[in-house]
Amino acid sequence: MTEHEPQTSLLDAQGVSKKFGAVVALRDASLTIQKGQIVALMGANGAGKSTFVKVLTGALRPDTGHVRIKGEERRVGSPAEARRSGLLPVYQEPSLIPDLSVADNLRLADTPVDDFRHWVAELGIEGLRLDDMIGALPLATLRILDLARALAAKPDVLLLDEMTAALPTDLVDKVLRTVRAQADKGQSVIYISHRFAEIAQICDRATVLRDGETVGDLPIAPGVEEQVVELMLGTVLDKAPTRDAATGHGGKGEAHVRVRHLAAGSKLEDVSLDLHRGEVLGVVALEGQGQDELFEALAGMIKPTAGQIAIDDVPVSFSHPADAIAAGLTYVPGDRADGLLMSRSVHENIALPQLARISKWGAIRMKAEADKVAAAIDRLQIDTRAMGEVQRLSGGNQQKVTIGRWIAAGVDTLLLFDPTRGIDVRTKRQIYLLVRELAAQGASVLYYTSELAEVPAACDRAVVIFNGKVVDVIEAADADEPTLMRAAYGLTRAEGEPA
Amino acid sequence: MTAETQVREPLTLKRVGRFVADNPLIPLVVLLLLLVGVLEFMRPGIVNERWIGNTIKFAIPLAMLAACQTMTMLTGGIDLSAAVAATISAFVMATQVPIVGVPLAICIGLLPAILMGLVNGFGVAVCRVHPLIMTLGTGLIATGCLQVYQRFVIASGSVVPDGLAWLGTGRTWGLPNSLLLFVPMAVLIIWAQRRTGFGRLLYALGSNETASRISGVRPWQVFLALYALSGLIAGVTGLLYVGLIKAPSLSLVNPLLLPSVAAAVIGGTSIFGGRGGYGGTILGALILTVLGTLLTLLQMPEGARRILFGLIILTVTTIYIRLTEQSR
Ligand SMILES: Nc1ncnc2c1ncn2[C@@H]1O[C@H](COP(=O)(O)OP(=O)(O)OP(=O)(O)O)[C@@H](O)[C@H]1O
Ligand SMILES: [Mg+2]
Repeated sequence: MTEHEPQTSLLDAQGVSKKFGAVVALRDASLTIQKGQIVALMGANGAGKSTFVKVLTGALRPDTGHVRIKGEERRVGSPAEARRSGLLPVYQEPSLIPDLSVADNLRLADTPVDDFRHWVAELGIEGLRLDDMIGALPLATLRILDLARALAAKPDVLLLDEMTAALPTDLVDKVLRTVRAQADKGQSVIYISHRFAEIAQICDRATVLRDGETVGDLPIAPGVEEQVVELMLGTVLDKAPTRDAATGHGGKGEAHVRVRHLAAGSKLEDVSLDLHRGEVLGVVALEGQGQDELFEALAGMIKPTAGQIAIDDVPVSFSHPADAIAAGLTYVPGDRADGLLMSRSVHENIALPQLARISKWGAIRMKAEADKVAAAIDRLQIDTRAMGEVQRLSGGNQQKVTIGRWIAAGVDTLLLFDPTRGIDVRTKRQIYLLVRELAAQGASVLYYTSELAEVPAACDRAVVIFNGKVVDVIEAADADEPTLMRAAYGLTRAEGEPA
Repeated sequence: MTAETQVREPLTLKRVGRFVADNPLIPLVVLLLLLVGVLEFMRPGIVNERWIGNTIKFAIPLAMLAACQTMTMLTGGIDLSAAVAATISAFVMATQVPIVGVPLAICIGLLPAILMGLVNGFGVAVCRVHPLIMTLGTGLIATGCLQVYQRFVIASGSVVPDGLAWLGTGRTWGLPNSLLLFVPMAVLIIWAQRRTGFGRLLYALGSNETASRISGVRPWQVFLALYALSGLIAGVTGLLYVGLIKAPSLSLVNPLLLPSVAAAVIGGTSIFGGRGGYGGTILGALILTVLGTLLTLLQMPEGARRILFGLIILTVTTIYIRLTEQSR
C-alpha cells in the first residue's frame, strides 16, 4: 500500500502491544480492513487474537499502538466508545448476563428489539422467547444471540471471535451466509476461526498472528491454506497422518457400553448404541437433536426417563456423576465454563478428579501429582505462560485443560463433547492422535463433534442422531462431509436399529 | 498521539500491582508493621515484649474463629454461628466442671459446637440452604437453647479450669502459652489447604461447583465435613477464650464474630469462594488487634472510634483488592 492510496481504510491498527504482567500477549500486531471486506485473523492458540479483538473494541487498554478509524487517529478507551465508532465484537466467551432474561440483556445494551428478532430468525433459532433466562439456554443459542445482538446495532466493523466454534453444521452454515451477505452490503468483518474451510468460504484476506506479532497478510486463494498454517506455526505442519486402518476395532465383539432405547430430557427420545472397547464412536447431529442429553445421561448428570445403560452387560443407573466415573465413564463437557475451576491453577484443574473421592482427602503425593500434570500439559501442548489462573489462558488452552484432566486421571470410557472447540490445527491433530491412542490401549470413546470433517479423522464409526433418535450408522472411512451432512438432516435410512 | 505517552505514568503502579498479585501477603505484613510504627510514634516505648505478647494473646482467639470463616468462605460460604458455638462450648464446659470434672466437661462442652456444625453442614449440603441463612439460623436457635440450659445449671455455678487459664493467659519465656495450641493448628490448616485432597476441594467447590461435580466430587460430603470441622474449631476457640477472659457469659465470644469475618476478608479470602488462604487471615487478625489498640489510645468517644474502625477496614480492603486484582 502506498501513502497516496486514495481509499482510506475503515480500520487500521498498527504496532499494538499488550502485556499482562510477565506475559506478552501482543508484541506488534497490525491489521487493516476496508469497507465490505472480511478479513480472517488467524493464529495458533495463545497467539493473541482474542486480546487483539479486545484491544480494538476498548475492553482492554493497549500498552502501545495506533488505531485509525476511517483515517482518523482514535483512542478506543471503552466498549461504549468502540460502539460509537461502529466497532462491535462478539467475544469468544458468551457475554450475555446469565441471571437476566433475554429482554433485560437487550435493554442493557440498548439493542433494538425488532432488529434483534429479525436476526435471530434469520440465523435459524426458533422458538426463542424474550423472557427466557440466558442461563437456561444452550451454548449454541447463546452464541447466535450474541451475534444477533451485534448485528442489530448495525456496526461498520463486526469482530467475530470464534463465533462458530460451538455451533453445529446447520447453524454454522447460516452464520457464514449471513456474514457474507452483510459484507456484500458494505459491512466489514474481522473473522476468527480455527476452521480453514470457513475461512476459504467467506474471507477475502487473512492476517496471521504468531506470538503476538503480525507475520503476514495474504489474499485467500486456492492453496493458500498451507502458507497460512506455516506462517501461523512458524514451521511446516506435516501431512495429516493417514488413519492406520489396523487400529480401528470397528465394533467387533461384545459391546463395552450398551445403550438401549434411552430417553432423557425433552429432546432425547430413543437412542440405542453399542460402544466397544478400543473403539471411537462418533456422534453426528445438528443443533438440539438430543446429543446433549445423551452425553449428560451417560455422565450421570441427568436421569434418563426410559431405557437402559449396561456396562459389560451389567445394567447400571447413575444418580450422580461420581457414579458414572466409578463405572469408568468420564465426561468432557462441551461448555468449558462447566468444566473448569476458572480461578484456580492449571495444575489444580488437571489434578481435580484424582482428589474427588473421600479416600483421597488426605495428604497429596505432590511429586506423583506433579509428574502426571506435567505429562498432560506436555501431551496437549498447553501454553503455560499464565497457568496460575485458568481464566487467564487463551480459549483454546482452556479447552486443552478440560481434556488434559482425564488424560492424567487415566480413562476407561471417555465421553467427549466437542472436545476440539477452539483448538488450533496442530493441537487438533494431537488430539485425534491421542484419542486413537487411547482407543488402541483399550479405552472406548464416544465423540460428539460439531465439525463433520473430524469424523473420518478421529472415529471408527459414527451414529447419526436426528430428532432424538439414531437414524444412521456410518463407517468413518465412508464418511465424507456430504454423506454426513445428508444423514444429519435425517435424509437416509430407516430409524430404530441399534448401532 | 500514540498510546505510549499515556502508559508511562501508571507503569510503576502496575509493577507494584503485579508484585502484590504474586505475593499477596507482603502488603499485609507492610500494613501491620506500619500500624505498629504509628503506635510506637504515638506512644514511644509502648511496643515492648510485653505488649507484643499481649497483642498475640488477644489475636489468637480471633484468628482461630477466623479459621472457621476462612475455610467456609473458600467454598463460597460463611459461618455466622461460629461465635455462638464458641460461646456455648465455653459456657457448657465451665458449668459442667463442678458436676463432672474437667476432662469430661471439656468433651461435653465441645459436643454442642460439633452438633451445630453438623446441622449447618446438613442444611447447606443436603437441603441446599444458603450458608448465610443456615448458620444465622442455627446461631439463633443455639443462643435460645443456651438460655434454657442456663436455668438448669444456675445453681451449680461455673469454674474455669486452671489448665485453660494457664493456656489462655499464661506466658512462658515471654510468649503466650496459647501459641502451643495455635501454632500447630495454623500449620495444620495452611498445610491442609494446599496439600490435602480435602483442602483442594474447598477451593474447587468455591470456584465452580458444577465442574467439581463433573469431576466426581460429591459436594455434600465436603460441606458436611467442613461445617462440622468449623464447629469443632469454634468450640476449641471458645474454651481457649474463656481461659483468657475467665468469666463465662451468655455472649462471651459473640463480639468476635464480625471481626472474624473481617480478618478473613482483610487477609485476602474472597467471600465468593475459590481464592485466599489462612496465612492472610492470621495477618488480618493481627492487623485488627493492633488497630484496636491504636484506636483505644486515641482518646475518642466510643462512637467515633467505631466509625473510624469501620472506615479503616473499608479503605484497607478496597485498596488491597485493587492491588491484588490482575491489572487490566
Ligand atoms: N488476563 C490475562 N492475564 C494474563 N495473561 C493473559 C490474560 N489474557 C490473555 N493472556 C495471555 O495472552 C496470550 C494470548 O491470549 P489470547 O486469548 O489473545 O489468545 P488467542 O489467540 O485468542 O488464542 P485461542 O485461539 O486459544 O483463543 C495467552 O498466552 C494468554 O495466556
Ligand atoms: Mg481466543
